[in-house]
Amino acid sequence: MEPVAAGEFAGRQQAIHAGSHGVIGRDAPFAALSSFTLQAMIWPTTPARGRQALLGKWSEPDQSGYALVIDNDATLALMLGDGEDNVEIVSSGQPLHEREWYLVGASFDAETGEVCIHQVPLVENPLANSVAEVCKTRTSRRPGRSHAPFMIAATYGGEAGGRAVGTHHYNGKIDSPRIANRVLDRDSMTALLQRPIPADLRPAVIAAWDFARAIPTTRIEDASANRIDGMLVNLPMRAMTGYNWTGKEMNWQHAPEQYGAIHFHEDDLYDAGWEADFEYTIPADMRSGVYAARLTSGEDEDHIPFFVRPPRGSRNADLALLIPTASYWAYANEHMVVESSGSEIFNGHLTSLSPEDLFLNAHPEFGHSMYDVFFDGSAVCHSSRLRPILNMRPGITISWVGPGGNMPWQFNADLHIVDWLEAMGHDYDVITDDDLDDEGLQLIGQYSAVMTGTHPEYVSTRMWDAFDTYLRQGGRLMYMGGNGFYSRVAYHGTLPGVVELRRTEVEFREKSAAPGEYYHSFNGEYGGIWRRIGRPPGTLVGVGMAVEGFDICGYYRRKPGSYESRAEFIFSGIDDEIIGDFGVVGGGAAGIELDRCDGDLGSPPHTLVLASSEGLSNQYLPTVEDCLMISPGLGAMDNSQARGDMVFFETPNGGGVFSTSSMSWSGSLCHNGYDNNVSKVTDNVLRRFLDPAPL
Amino acid sequence: MYKIDPSRKDLVEEFRANPVGHHSADLQQMLNVVRADPFPGKYVLLCVKPHREWILGRLSGVRGDPVEVVDDQVFTCAEDAEWEVFKRRWKTLTGEDLN
Ligand SMILES: [Fe+2]
Repeated sequence: MEPVAAGEFAGRQQAIHAGSHGVIGRDAPFAALSSFTLQAMIWPTTPARGRQALLGKWSEPDQSGYALVIDNDATLALMLGDGEDNVEIVSSGQPLHEREWYLVGASFDAETGEVCIHQVPLVENPLANSVAEVCKTRTSRRPGRSHAPFMIAATYGGEAGGRAVGTHHYNGKIDSPRIANRVLDRDSMTALLQRPIPADLRPAVIAAWDFARAIPTTRIEDASANRIDGMLVNLPMRAMTGYNWTGKEMNWQHAPEQYGAIHFHEDDLYDAGWEADFEYTIPADMRSGVYAARLTSGEDEDHIPFFVRPPRGSRNADLALLIPTASYWAYANEHMVVESSGSEIFNGHLTSLSPEDLFLNAHPEFGHSMYDVFFDGSAVCHSSRLRPILNMRPGITISWVGPGGNMPWQFNADLHIVDWLEAMGHDYDVITDDDLDDEGLQLIGQYSAVMTGTHPEYVSTRMWDAFDTYLRQGGRLMYMGGNGFYSRVAYHGTLPGVVELRRTEVEFREKSAAPGEYYHSFNGEYGGIWRRIGRPPGTLVGVGMAVEGFDICGYYRRKPGSYESRAEFIFSGIDDEIIGDFGVVGGGAAGIELDRCDGDLGSPPHTLVLASSEGLSNQYLPTVEDCLMISPGLGAMDNSQARGDMVFFETPNGGGVFSTSSMSWSGSLCHNGYDNNVSKVTDNVLRRFLDPAPL
Repeated sequence: MYKIDPSRKDLVEEFRANPVGHHSADLQQMLNVVRADPFPGKYVLLCVKPHREWILGRLSGVRGDPVEVVDDQVFTCAEDAEWEVFKRRWKTLTGEDLN
């Protein structure tokens, strides 16, 4: 294909500054301070990690200002720097314990030069006590002035790309940070945790941030009269259980005052913030489709994919190919295998690391997927597209899927569908999950038929509702993959290109959300798999997640339903009983992740089973939510539940759903020059689904 | 706990003929041990040219650690590398050389 634009541009290296923190924009209230108290409730997750800033106005380049920190010896400390290379650190002398709540505070008396440090664990451990109250009289230092903003969970490290950069990022929770304009004793610090702030302390309070307010936003609100609100950078986790969480409420909306904690991570990343090196304006008449910016530099080459949709409110084809971007973001820069020794047994072959995998391993600042854990061991619950996504590239291998990583995944696998549509000459528009979440039924309601990608696993409620209404109104859906419509994600109310997922209860995952943190901060919805939310996938697509394996793929054998008159249009021109015992993905059309027809999974009673999978190895194991009781014989060779079912069913008003229920289906489409029974079934269904005659 | 029986060369041959995919129950059980070599030093493939060339590496299990390159033996088929790693692990587990 001819490039639509070409040019030569100067290349440059741009850094990514990962790590989340709070920034207070207004400087004046802090600049005027002489004596002060800094305090917070904290739950540190890596106290022995080295210096981590809790709160303060400290400039790392100038070594100037003041900050309450966890110091290199894991103790609480106050740093004072005069900006003339004189830095004084007063420490509690007692290492903090990991994952314990503390009241921490430090006061500075400008008159006497006295510094006091308070490190008070919420729970007393008689044989492992970490309580400390240390006062050091007459420090000779005065905090120096600087341009550093007041920051929470990091200190100011200078500017880059027009943005303040954080350094010495903190891992763990912070709740109820406060700053006062005089020395407070421990009782006053404890009293300052009350809501509202006691009247006698109000004149002393400069700011008292209440993280339980505005949880779905990136704003942090000051509950004091000064209203010194701030902003969060790189999406730390909100709606986190606070120091006062009782466990009586699991939903932050029912007891927000117990959810005043934010969990910060040194490896949070929302927006890489790179500056543009070239721009391309999509012409109004450019055909909707999947494109890539091809970058070359000497021998090196890279492709940055992008999707061109029709202008909002219009369409250019009867078929929409829905690119499952929510699921792309969920897997973005996934790197779980480098620290999972069990992955080879799980996958049934050696792990195979691509150059992209090695790069991500060396560059943690490129951020995590929803399958990774943070450095501090907590589960990742946000993933964004505002960063380079190295595993969303054509032609790359995926470390754990197929020997040598030879089975494509997500974007790569979906290119098989794009290729087939092009080769068969079908007109189609490309739309994405991000568009569907935003526009709902208005978007897909325009189309006679919607075709999914190979793994549309993650679905927001707005997307689900749009599908549901679309199908009731006579829409047609071709579900072209496996393990789809599985988990609920939330898009952010204002920030583009980011999803949240709290992994709850049961499902395949590396790590679960913590107790009491099962509700999304973006919109207050309960996270996890749709099946446990009362909307099993079968209610939309007739099937639900059954089994997965990553070694080889099987094939489909037709069932009696495929010979019924309702299915005549699907198998017209096909005499074969075996469907898809070929293909470039694992050698067969039934594989990797498969869904089965089952009333318990929501399949409507009139769901017609057209074919069932065969030939899966015992590496194929059932999804964990099917294994509430563990017993021998779980593998697909011994377990009739561990199968995929190709299905069709009619929906009200002449609509219908066809589900391949297999991730590897698309890898068989191109076999024998697109002349094969997988291609034929797909083509038959698509042509009928585009025909307005009721099904 | 299951222990590998070094006399079961039939299972070795079964693996060699088909390292990835359907296995007999006995081979599957053996592989659950063979493939369980721990960090640090767990064998992985390093893809040199996508879908075409691999070399062997070893992982420490710690994120961010460089991946050790074992040597410059290039495999043009991932299944061939499976056999090479199997031989190395067999040597460690049983003291025997396979060829
Ligand atoms: Fe998935």
